[in-house]
Amino acid sequence: MSSPHILPYRNPKGRTMIRSRTRGSLRLGDIAFSRLTLIGSLIVIAILVNILVILFIQAWPSIQQFGVSFFGSAAWDPVKEQFGALPAIFGTLLSSLLALLLAVPISIGAAIFLTEVAPVWLRNVASFVIEMLAAIPSIIVGLWGLFVLVPFVRSPIEKWLGTAFGALPFFQGNQLGFGFLAAGIILALMIIPIITAMSRDVLRAVPQAQREAMLALGATRWETIRKAVLPYGRSGLVGAVILGLGRALGETMAVAMVIGNAYRITPSLFSTGSTVASKMANEFGESSGLQLSSLIELALILFLITLLINVIARLLVWRMAAVKVVRD
Amino acid sequence: MLDSNDLKVRKWFNRLMLGLCATGAGLAILFVCLMLGYIVVHGLSFLNLDFITHTAVPLGQTGGGMRNEIIGTIILVGLGSLIAVPLGMMTGIFLSEFGNPMAASAVRFAADILAGVPSIVVGVFAYAIIVRPMHSYSAFSAGVALAIIMIPVVARTTEESMRLVPNSLREAALALGITRWRSVVSVVIPGAITGIATGIMLGVARIAGETAPLIFTAFGNFFGYDGLGKPIGALPLQIYRYAISPYKDWQQQAWSAAFLLAILVLIISLVVRWLSRKRQT
Amino acid sequence: MHEEDEMDTITQPSENKNPEPRIASSQDILVAENLHAYYGSFLAVKDVNIGIKPRSITAIIGPSGCGKSTLIRCFNRMHEVVHGARVTGKILLDGDDIYAPGIDPVGIRCRIGMVFQKPNPFPTMSVMDNVVAGRRLFSVWSKRSEMEEIAERCLRQAALWDEVKDKLKQCGASLSGGQQQRLCIARALAVEPEVILMDEPCSALDPVATLKIEDLMRNLARDYTIIIVTHNMQQAGRVSDMTAFMLMGDDRAGTLVEYGRTDQIFTNPKDKRTEDYISGRFG
Repeated sequence: MSSPHILPYRNPKGRTMIRSRTRGSLRLGDIAFSRLTLIGSLIVIAILVNILVILFIQAWPSIQQFGVSFFGSAAWDPVKEQFGALPAIFGTLLSSLLALLLAVPISIGAAIFLTEVAPVWLRNVASFVIEMLAAIPSIIVGLWGLFVLVPFVRSPIEKWLGTAFGALPFFQGNQLGFGFLAAGIILALMIIPIITAMSRDVLRAVPQAQREAMLALGATRWETIRKAVLPYGRSGLVGAVILGLGRALGETMAVAMVIGNAYRITPSLFSTGSTVASKMANEFGESSGLQLSSLIELALILFLITLLINVIARLLVWRMAAVKVVRD
Repeated sequence: MLDSNDLKVRKWFNRLMLGLCATGAGLAILFVCLMLGYIVVHGLSFLNLDFITHTAVPLGQTGGGMRNEIIGTIILVGLGSLIAVPLGMMTGIFLSEFGNPMAASAVRFAADILAGVPSIVVGVFAYAIIVRPMHSYSAFSAGVALAIIMIPVVARTTEESMRLVPNSLREAALALGITRWRSVVSVVIPGAITGIATGIMLGVARIAGETAPLIFTAFGNFFGYDGLGKPIGALPLQIYRYAISPYKDWQQQAWSAAFLLAILVLIISLVVRWLSRKRQT
Repeated sequence: MHEEDEMDTITQPSENKNPEPRIASSQDILVAENLHAYYGSFLAVKDVNIGIKPRSITAIIGPSGCGKSTLIRCFNRMHEVVHGARVTGKILLDGDDIYAPGIDPVGIRCRIGMVFQKPNPFPTMSVMDNVVAGRRLFSVWSKRSEMEEIAERCLRQAALWDEVKDKLKQCGASLSGGQQQRLCIARALAVEPEVILMDEPCSALDPVATLKIEDLMRNLARDYTIIIVTHNMQQAGRVSDMTAFMLMGDDRAGTLVEYGRTDQIFTNPKDKRTEDYISGRFG
């Protein structure tokens, strides 16, 4: 058997393809391109880190001046240069908590409805409509809140609450419509679509085998949902709620327009107040010096809180995904 | 069959709870309709051609429009996209094609965190690094702020869309002797282009409606576009200023502007949805 | 039609000879009459008539796609859980049609339990909670001691007690595959059904675990009626008293070809198709 003489391949243009040369230029172009994409990615990380650093630097005068007492003080006096974050943090927490209280039952109920109860044709339509709510910019929600919700809250809502539950400190005080109650409601409206959409995905991911196991034991639909579906999706649902919380904490415009912008701490839901975000939005324009620095410190606090919340939410959602893999 | 089965009670409770869930969904849908309804009713009734073609008039006079602010929004969204699309796509491509698993997780994590940063904090950041040193509010600083908000959206959707492109396409390109980077640019990206486009549109819809960052960067400008280094007005900002003003006329204009903005955002969302659906089939 | 004649042969009661099993007798605990099962407009199971004897093990065998799982899921009204799935015909449990209008599937499923192909214990519940998960639903408030008693009883019945008695608080999904399946059996037993349906219960398990479950089935058959779907003919031969053979027809609908005592089906099948399947010519 004669060995065929192997000629170097000649492509039609007459150029010989020599492997080493091709591989060399391959390397260069690839490396350049991948480095380019790496730069883009590093910029993302750099932005994140820089936000932290710059905020810290610019808030430093205030941090240095007030230290830990910034968190305990309720003062906000540009003239005397005394600033404290407590009412802002209080307002943020109160309005967000109220928003969660209102939004979570509605959202999870809606998610259950969309995955377990609704006929198939209704599911997509209803999900679509609820997602529309998420697309509406917060300034428009705030506009609606200002001109439609606030008067409605003033009367009949606060009126009814005041007469029915006026004994409780939550429902005492002037019924202006503006205030924590309106802020809580508007925030709830803004986070309902997020929690609903995420919860819906979580519930859809629960394996059908779990539902069938429960049904085969003679459970009603609700019992199946409550005992088999919801527990399985527990961490995902909690993640969804926490993500909603994160959104509520950072929400600015809608809240700023309905909360009334007073600076105080009070148990009354009817009272006007501020959140960290609304305070910043309202005062930034005219502030300078130490006041500006304090406002930036508020921004830093908000950044850190939402950072923490988002990390926790991501870890919870990842955990559920990982657990699902293990169990399958 | 056991006697201790309170079947009737259980059935009744089942109906109650499922009814409550339906109520929850109904409430959510009700609010959407209420909100959109008011926007359409109030916004349309005051909307006329003047609104779009005229500029704002000084305080005290009635009439006028938001032409400058509409242009301002277009400029800012364009500027933001100009910065965010390349950076976001580069990040998305890195995550999908080039990143080793560890680096990719870190970058993905950072992008997710960045997505969760409140927009007002981004505005303060842009203020600190651009407005302060320049001693002036500027369109440029607003563009940067909006870009920072838009980058994670573009990055995530780019990555996801490129992941959906089957590996067989990449291998086919490589087998033809096309270099790696060339195959990404000429084969994978075109394969993912619908998804990438929807991501960009989603980003645009998002930043078109952002107000808080603009307070610290664009600030607003009665005279319209004055150069990238000068303050500039935008629709959401103007809505805010007009809405909290005590003048009925301005408040009406705020509704009309809100209507325009809502239409823009909703149209983009609908297009995105339509494009996504086609992709899945 | 050819196959109908064959079925009639089986249904003729012969007085003095070896008693042939009838398709349906008044002593049968579960009877299907003219049962058709649809997925939307697709007919999956066509005109099944069968009578299950109480306290027996009935195996349903046949090649894949012949509708065995669909048929068995009709018995406890799990078939309709799938969107668009429906059933026509009757299934009589102790003489009452479970598909009569107004009958709630929930009540039926307490009397006819089911064990699935892939063990599906609830991963968020402990072993103990898994066993009584169905039982607990019966009343709003269940006494802890009562539940513990029931759990022990059912775990013993399922031949699992000795292996898990120290692990009762552990997560239900932490057991091995065979143990998980016996846990699912214990869970089904806790509801005190009359009939237990098993849809290929051993197909996801190793041979040792399979044998354990087959032993378990024989013990349970003293008190419960068991219907088992299996693609494993040897298993059907080992375990069951009666065997039903199903086949997918040309219209892609599954039909019941032959039904009779297991020893007779395997040694002397009446239908040629049964014989072909048994001898491995197809399937």
